[in-house]
Order: sequence, then C-alpha cells, then structure tokens
Amino acid sequence: MRLLFRFSQLGLVVLLAIFTMGSADNAVRYNDLGHKMMCVCGCGQILIECNHLGCPDSDRELSELRAALSHGDGDTTILESFQAKYGPTVLAAPMLTKFNLVAWFVPPVVLLIGIVATIALVRKWKLRTVEMPAVPTTTAFQAARERIRKETEF
Amino acid sequence: MPAFGSFALLLALALSGYNLFAGAIALRQLATGARGRVSPERLAETARRAGIGSFFAVTCAAFALVWAAFTNDFSVSYILHHSNRALPGPYKFAALWSGQEGSLLLWAWLLAAYGFVLRVRHKVDVKLTAYASTILAGIQIFFLLLLNFAAPPFSLVAGRIPQDGFGLNPLLQYPEMVIHPPMLYLGYVGFSVPFAFALGALMMRYPGEKWIHITRRWTMVTWLFLTCGIFLGAHWAYSVLGWGGYWGWDPVENASLMPWLTGTAFLHSVMMQEKRGMMKSWNVWLIFSTFALSILGTLLTRSGLVSSVHAFAESAIGAWFWTFLVIVLAVCLFTFILQRDHLKSEHKLESLVSRESSFLFNNLVLLAACFTVLWGTLFPVISEYVQGNKVTVGAPFYNRVAVPIGLFLLFLTGIGPILAWRSTSFKSVRKNFILPVVSAVVTAIVLIACGVRPWQNWSEGQGSLYSLMAWSLGALVVTAVGSEFLRGAGVISRHTGQNLFASMIQLTRRNTRRYGGYIVHFGVVVIFIGLAGSAFNQSTEQELNFKQSMKMGPYRLVCQDYSQDSNLNYDTEYAILDVYRGDKKITQLAPEKRFYQASQTTSTIVANHSTLAWDLYVIYAGKNPDTGQPIIKVFLNPLVAWIWIGVLIVIAGTFVALTPNMTAAFAASRSRVPVGETPAMAMSKGGD
Repeated sequence: MRLLFRFSQLGLVVLLAIFTMGSADNAVRYNDLGHKMMCVCGCGQILIECNHLGCPDSDRELSELRAALSHGDGDTTILESFQAKYGPTVLAAPMLTKFNLVAWFVPPVVLLIGIVATIALVRKWKLRTVEMPAVPTTTAFQAARERIRKETEF
Repeated sequence: MPAFGSFALLLALALSGYNLFAGAIALRQLATGARGRVSPERLAETARRAGIGSFFAVTCAAFALVWAAFTNDFSVSYILHHSNRALPGPYKFAALWSGQEGSLLLWAWLLAAYGFVLRVRHKVDVKLTAYASTILAGIQIFFLLLLNFAAPPFSLVAGRIPQDGFGLNPLLQYPEMVIHPPMLYLGYVGFSVPFAFALGALMMRYPGEKWIHITRRWTMVTWLFLTCGIFLGAHWAYSVLGWGGYWGWDPVENASLMPWLTGTAFLHSVMMQEKRGMMKSWNVWLIFSTFALSILGTLLTRSGLVSSVHAFAESAIGAWFWTFLVIVLAVCLFTFILQRDHLKSEHKLESLVSRESSFLFNNLVLLAACFTVLWGTLFPVISEYVQGNKVTVGAPFYNRVAVPIGLFLLFLTGIGPILAWRSTSFKSVRKNFILPVVSAVVTAIVLIACGVRPWQNWSEGQGSLYSLMAWSLGALVVTAVGSEFLRGAGVISRHTGQNLFASMIQLTRRNTRRYGGYIVHFGVVVIFIGLAGSAFNQSTEQELNFKQSMKMGPYRLVCQDYSQDSNLNYDTEYAILDVYRGDKKITQLAPEKRFYQASQTTSTIVANHSTLAWDLYVIYAGKNPDTGQPIIKVFLNPLVAWIWIGVLIVIAGTFVALTPNMTAAFAASRSRVPVGETPAMAMSKGGD
C-alpha cells in the first residue's frame, strides 16, 4: 500500500512535469494573451479575434501587447498592466485574485458537492431497501422474467 | 392596420383573461364539488374556447405587423426602425422578430399556437388539459400585458412620417436569420407546455405518470426546436460575425444553452419516473427550472442586465420579467409544498452501478453545466455588487470550467447505455466495458502517435488535451452504442435470417425511443469531435494585390480581382480568390464586406470552403487605407463540418425517437421466421 502511494506520488510529479514543459516563445504568448483579453471598443469580442473594420482600439491594444512582450514582461505583469490601464473588463476572464477566486472555484465545488451528495443519497437509499422475498428459480419463471425484462426495457 | 393590430392584441388579452379566470373557477368548482349557476364543465369549455379564440386574435396581430412591414407602413414606429423599402421580402418577414416588440409578439403568437394545439387535442385528458390550458393562459396574459402596455408593436410615429425606414440590423440580413429566431423561440416557448402540464398535474394530484406520456412528445419536439435554434445560431455566427468561431459564450448564447441543458436532463430523468416511479419531485423541479430559465434567458437578452453583442433589443421591460419570474417561482414553490406528499417515489435506487444511477449522475452533470453557465453569465453582476466593478467572464473561463464538465458528460453518455436497470454485476460491467475502454485507449494511442501531444504545446492552453480526451471518449461512446446496436441486431438476425443492417432497422423500429436516443448520443459524439477540432485552428492575415498569393495549410489563395458593387440595399466590396491545392484549382471564393445604407452599418459575408477535414474560412477584412489593397484574413478550422453533420444526426435520432414503436405482431409478420419457430417465440428472443 505504501509502495502504491509512493508510485502515485511519483506519477503525479511526472504528470505535472510533462504538462508544465513546452516552449513559450513570443508568438505563442502573443496568441495566448491575445485570447485572454477583450477589445475595449465595446464590441464584446476577444482582442485577437476583433474583426471590426477600422476598430479604434484593437490595433492599439495589440501593438501595446507586442511592445510588452518584446520588453520581456511576464504574462501576469502584462495582464495587470492592461487591467490597470483599461479596467478589469479588459480581461476575458477574471484573474485569480480576491473575490474573483469565487468565480473559478464555485462551479467545481458545486459539482463536487453534488457528486458526494448523490453517492451518499444512493448509499442511504440502498441501506433502506427492503429485502425482496426470494424468487422461485424454476427455468420457466426465469425465462418469463427475462422475456419481460427484454420487452419492457427502454 | 395598426389600429386593427392593437385591437387584436387587446381582444387576445381579454380572451386570455377569460380563459384564466373562468378556467380557474371551473377547476376550483370541480375540485371542491361546489356548483354555480353554470356547470363547471360548461364553464371550462367556454374557457377552452376563449383560449382558442385568443390564438386567432394574436394571429391577426402578427399578421397586421407583417402586413405593415410588407406595405412599408412607416407610420408604425417598429416598422420604421426595423425595415426599409429596399429590404428584400424574406427579411421584411423576419422584421417581425428583429426587435423588442416584434419578438415579444412572436413569443405570444407561438405560445398561442401551442395553446391552440393543446386545446384542440383536449380529449387526450380533458381535466388535465383544462389545468394546463388555464396555466398557459396565465403565461399568455403576461406577454399580452407586455404587448399592450409596455412594448406595444403598433405605436405610431409622432409628427411627420419619414419616406423610408432605418432598415434591418445588417447582422440579421442573412438567410439563417429568417429561421434561427423562430426555432429558438419555438424551443423557449415550447417548454411552457410540459411546464403547464407538470404544474397542472401537481395541482390536481394527477394519479400515475400519464402526464409524462402526454407531454413526452411535446418535450422532445420542443427540445429539438431549441437544439436546432442553438446550432442555427452557431452557424449564423460562424457565417456572419466573421471572427472564425461559432460559439463565443456570449450571455445571449448562454441564455439559450441553459434551458437546453435542464431540458436534456428532464428528458433523461423522466424515463426513471415512467419506468420505476422514481425522482418525481426532481422531474417536477427540472421542468419548472427549464421554464424559469427560458424566462430568465429572455430577461437577460432584453433587460441590459448583462452586456452582450447580441442584445439588440434592450429596453426597460426587465422589471416586468423579474416580477413574472418571481410569481412563477412562487406559484411553483407553493404548489410543491402543498402537494409534495403526492410526489413520493415508489422505488429507491438499489445500486451505484445501475442505469438509474447513471441517469442521476447525468442529471447532476447537466445541472452542474447549467449552473456553471448561469454562474459565468451572472458573475459580472455579482462582482459589480460585491467589488464595485464589473469583470468580463468570457471564453477562457468556460474553456477551463465548463469543458471538463462537458467531457465528463460525454463519458457518462458512453457508460449509461451499457448499465442494466436496478443493478449491474461486476462481471457484466467487465464484459460490457472492456471493448469501449480498449477502443478509447487505442484511439488515444493512435492520436498521440499522429501528433496530438498535449505536453508539447501546453503553454498554448489545454485545448489539445481536451481534444485528445474528447476524441478518446468519443470512441468509447461510439463503441458502447455500436455494440448495443450490434448485440440486439445480431439476435434478430440469428432468429429471422435477415442481414445485419435490416436487423438493425427492425431493432430500432421495435424500440424507437431507446435506439433513437442512441442515435442522438452518436450525433452528440460527432458534434464533440467537431468541437474538439477548434484546438487546432490556424489563422493568418495578409494584404493581397492582383495575382498575389497567400498560403494556409495545404491551400494557396491567389487574388484574381477585387472590386466593389452596389444595389438599393447595400454597397459591397469583395475580393475574388482562386484556391489551389498543389497545382490544382479547387474552388473560387468571394469574401465580402457590405455597407448598408439605411442603417449606416457594415457586415461581413464570409467565404467558406468546407470539407470533412477542415474549413477554409476567408474574410474580407477591408482595404488598407494607405495602399488601397484588400486585407484578407484566412482561417483553417479543422473538423467544423462534423458539428453540423452531428446536428443532423441528432435531428434524425430525435425523429426516430418520436416515431411510434412497431408493434410486436407487426414485427413478427414482417420477419421471416425459421421453420419450427412461431413468430411470438422469435419476437420474445429478439431485441433488447
């Protein structure tokens, strides 16, 4: 059991290592960050997807993003600087800060509570189930039961 | 005509009012045994006829508005703001639902039409239909009150009447827009019918589950309309909005998804009530929630509560919808508390590993998905209330939170059908699961070998991991569903001598609901396969002069011409691009940018070359003001066609599920029964 636990830990570390590997060059980061921000012209579109002819804001925002990337700023710094300049609505999703954490954690927590509650409920119902009297085991009865099952099953 | 329309709406309100009050009095008298001057049966009959009359009155009002659009009656403010002389005929018709007042009129008309069918078919169950009819009249009154007093569609223009109208929103001038909103509304409004039946059945303590049998087709048809509406909207967004995607998690899109999710949960869980008399309270609340979410969706679209790119019909009618929503929920809660002892389950779940349990988890996940969408939609409002500032909750949030829930749901879609009712033994689980699991693992290995390696581009997001999971789970579901079909068809084939394909058809016809449902599940898998392709979208943008070319994936686009044109409705700029694959010319595409004169707005007309592997999606982004040359944006979107094919399969599956079962006797007469075996014996062995 102890060995199994150790192997699970090792597996988890390897998985994390695999998923945090990978290149993060500026073109990829530009695309990634461009999808994490909104165009502020009021069109309600993701910054890099804004397709308005002559949009007054998206080109400016994108050039600011390019400048920040070439300056060597980190992702969080860039997102925070955009947020400071344009307000929180410039981010396509809330950052993991203060009350915004609630946005991210409530849905999975609700699902988890639901799953636990459902399992608990089924176990409770199962315990309450009254034992049925033993059924006859004749071949004819079994055949009839099987036929009924087949005919009535959805 | 405006006066005629206004009068028709007032008459409809009066008739619906009579339907509600006379119906309520009659039902009260029937319940208590009290007798008035008129017998309750006759009173209920007059109420029913008034309901039918209200349908004709609302139809007259809708006709008056369409007539005003076709005759360019710009004295009507609504027509002035949503039509113009040069607008093509079909779009004049679409003007009926392109603005606030018109779309409310469409709501009211569809509700009246559903009510009309229900009242005409009242002999299915006279008393239950009387309850449902009275409840529908209550809903109808709300919409007619709105139309008569809050958002009248026949308001007249003050002062001088302009010669021409301001035109229809250009985004709506697209063929799908003539059909997408009515489909969506048929879905939204349609849930009123099962809601009315459920509430009516609860009010009258309806014995048994017949109300579910009565409403099953209503619910499925409604669900089908909503499904079609949602995907037509997605296709419209893909073809018109020109950002390369089909779903943006916009609040209005979310508003249509929420009742769809709870409606889907309801369609699954009612089977448990029909089959085992379980989850009665749950089902009642599911349909109550579905109706409430339809209203909430309409409220979100129109109140301006959340900002949306679609909310072209914002106004101050939010308070009306809030009031109505509160009344609906209060009535539902009050009735439930009063009658909850009527909803006691006849059976309990006996095992965690059973069909019932899989339905329960399926419901749980669908509701969790619905909650996530609702939470994401309303969080900006909550944030403003708590933190004092609004935040945006867009695609990155849903991709991280909702997509895993969707994948879990896909997994349940696969395991549900291979679990038995009541309880499944470990041996059976092992036997039925081994093939689907092997299929999923093999698919994952093949995909990794083909280059779908999430760990190599993890920094781009979890898209490719989700895609890998979606395709592997898709293989699991297809194998599970396919093996169910093959197992049943094999039995029929052995006993009748028919080939496997004919046996599959016969199997499906014997239990259309079950196998139609499996076809729907298969369609859902195909949709997921298409959705998963979005992780590998590519795009590029380039300025193109004559004979210049650009590359995207295996394609080369050569600019043959760029020009402009104009007609009465709009001016257009377009490019003509020859598409080559290698040296072979595949097709010619002509992306456009239109400028609508009446509304002074632009719209994109995307050119798309769609194949099973990918869509070559081309946008004319405008001209570079410095060089005068067109800027062409090209996307290569993998597997998008699978989404639309999946929807067609879902529609086909739903139609199959709606078809009545072939009776055993008919099936037997059609089968070639081996010598020495009676048809009855053969039937008893075949199928599921």
